[in-house]
Amino acid sequence: MTDHKPECPIGGCEPPATIGGTRREFLGAATAAMATALTGCGTLSKEEFLQHNFRELSKQEVLDVIARLEKEYQAKYGREVKVANTPAIPGVIFGYALDLSRCIGCRRCVHACVKENNQSRDPEIQWIRVLQMDKEEGVNVQHADAYYNPEEVPQEGHFYMPVQCQQCKKPPCTKVCPVGATWRDKDGIVVVDYNWCIGCRYCMAACPYGARHFNWGEPHLPADEVNPKTHYLGNRPRPKGVVEKCTFCIQRTRNGQYPACVEICPTGSRKFGNLLDKDSEIRYILENKRVFKFKEDLNTQPNFFYFYGV
Amino acid sequence: MFTLRNFSGFLSGTLRLITKGGRLYYAWVGFLLLLIAIGAGAYIGQLKDGLIVTKMRDQVSWGFYIGNFTFLVGVAAAAIMLVIPAYIYDWEPIKEITILGEMLAISALIMCLGFVMVDIGRPDRFWHIIPLVGRLNWPQSMLAWDVIVLNLYLLLNWFVVTYLLFCAYTERHYVKKLVLPLVLLSIPMAVSIHTVTAYLYNGLAARPFWNSAILAPRFLASAFCSGPAILLILLQVLRKTTKLTIKDEAIFKVAELMAYTMGFNLFLTAAEAFKELYSGTEHMVYFQYLLFGLKGHTTLVPYAWASILCGLVAFILFLVPRTRTNWVTLNIGCVLIYASVYIEKGMGLIIPGLTPDVLGDIYVYRPSFTEIAVAAGIFAIGFLAFTLMLKAAVPMMLGEFTITKGRTPVEAPPQEI
Ligand code: SF4
Ligand code: SF4
Repeated sequence: MTDHKPECPIGGCEPPATIGGTRREFLGAATAAMATALTGCGTLSKEEFLQHNFRELSKQEVLDVIARLEKEYQAKYGREVKVANTPAIPGVIFGYALDLSRCIGCRRCVHACVKENNQSRDPEIQWIRVLQMDKEEGVNVQHADAYYNPEEVPQEGHFYMPVQCQQCKKPPCTKVCPVGATWRDKDGIVVVDYNWCIGCRYCMAACPYGARHFNWGEPHLPADEVNPKTHYLGNRPRPKGVVEKCTFCIQRTRNGQYPACVEICPTGSRKFGNLLDKDSEIRYILENKRVFKFKEDLNTQPNFFYFYGV
Repeated sequence: MFTLRNFSGFLSGTLRLITKGGRLYYAWVGFLLLLIAIGAGAYIGQLKDGLIVTKMRDQVSWGFYIGNFTFLVGVAAAAIMLVIPAYIYDWEPIKEITILGEMLAISALIMCLGFVMVDIGRPDRFWHIIPLVGRLNWPQSMLAWDVIVLNLYLLLNWFVVTYLLFCAYTERHYVKKLVLPLVLLSIPMAVSIHTVTAYLYNGLAARPFWNSAILAPRFLASAFCSGPAILLILLQVLRKTTKLTIKDEAIFKVAELMAYTMGFNLFLTAAEAFKELYSGTEHMVYFQYLLFGLKGHTTLVPYAWASILCGLVAFILFLVPRTRTNWVTLNIGCVLIYASVYIEKGMGLIIPGLTPDVLGDIYVYRPSFTEIAVAAGIFAIGFLAFTLMLKAAVPMMLGEFTITKGRTPVEAPPQEI
């Protein structure tokens, strides 16, 4: 068993006395050894095994965890990977709007997303799904085709509807999680603590948008394709056996940038901004365009809006 | 002091009982151990490579494991079918009957927990779900509820069984004031474990196939058919192989009760099918996928109809008094109803609930070899647990193995009664 002490960023390495601390003692190292056996590989450290839910960690513990992760990523990919912990900005709730009359179904957003967010390339995981729909049928998933593959898009008689996490205000996915490994942060982004998720996949059954994805196999991310600018709750490389999802590119948007999909879209179908800012483009769209929410009847109240720009 | 010493004698006595047996016994245990080894091998592979060795994918994120789990919760719940008649019909000495039912419940629950354990992606983090130690999202998450009620029910049954057997071993009469309330408590507990399991699926608005108000009653009705089916066969085996006496009428009485629950089960299923098919909303696609196939995908169709057919034939066999009291037709009926509910809870509940997926994608799921091998291993663990419990319990229940008869007389303490 590899049982190295975590690197300590700030002086003396006394573990802080929190509730988490006593729980840790309760569990002890013996269980860690058993857990190592359970993961089927010898790489689970005691610190990782005993790490508590992200929301219950003290500031110092968060720093320790991040230092440990960065060291692990360094060892795994042979390069420096930064794990940020930027909190939500007060006065911001992010909203997204997608212009269905502009989207041509080119799926550049899908691939930009995979690159930006360090998804596993093999088996491939994609957070955005672009559905090709019949114009005659309207928005009807039973007539949707996610595997369209023509020479050229858009195709006659069809329109395209990209679906990703809708960052619901009433997210069924967080409600059902038995261990509180996923929650809605203050800026409206629904996040997952990959170090706390037990992989029961209940959230996947609950999400009406197919927005959650599971690491069925060991995620394979080539070292030269790693995006080194990551966030603990966002695009840091994920372990096997946990669920992941779109986070509105938390690592970018909390620093004032657009999500990768917004940036790449060649037709400008994708709009993003602060719902609380009266002068934002997103507010303009909500107030002046024909807007609808996907599966509105389920009352998940998405912060993701579809609209017809023309 | 005495109790403590007696208890350790009880434990070592139990150990002695389960290690000694005839050739058939050894062969059976050996067979189960072999299955467990195969399952363990497959599970180690799954731990190494991840759940990708199953055929589950994002579209169908739950499969064979959770189907078996659901079925077995039903078996655990249905064990009370043996407890209720013990009171209503004043069967046999209550302890014998109750013990059998509760041992069955314990075995089923062990298998349930096993299936959950092999289904989660990070079994090393199982402690996250332990109340107080981890972070249980209670009361919001139905899975949190399930963890609590399943474990309470397991504890309750385990306690009652141990207590009753210990009393039999020490040749004392059990304290009725203690046992009766616990046994009575196990009845609503049994109902609640299966209800909560139904609510697990029921509460998901994203999955219209499960989001139906009669899902929980359907769960209970089907469980009360399949659980006793196992018991009926078991009781006959026990009658043949041990000195336990179980009267014919007792078996026929359970069979009669089963006829009613089966009728009710069929009625509820028909009510559900009517609502979906007649109203013909787009929610019908799941039923269509199950019963007739969708867009050329017909994987589930033979299973669905086999299940319905088995259920109907079994219902008739149990309804007609002549076939109900004939051992051959009775046992055929038991096997049929068991098969019917097993298919219904596995292939017929989980898969069509998830296919087509929320974005209309049809992913055809069939369990992989790993899933089948792991499941076989877990079933073998359950059977082994039941066999061992039975092996120790029967002689104690018959008064053949007690504190005075189990030891050399010199060691025996003075009798207390
Ligand atoms: S879209 Fe799905 S994953 Fe995203 S917040 Fe809503 S329920 Fe959760
Ligand atoms: S898979 Fe992870 S995030 Fe999803 S419900 Fe289970 S523990 Fe929670």
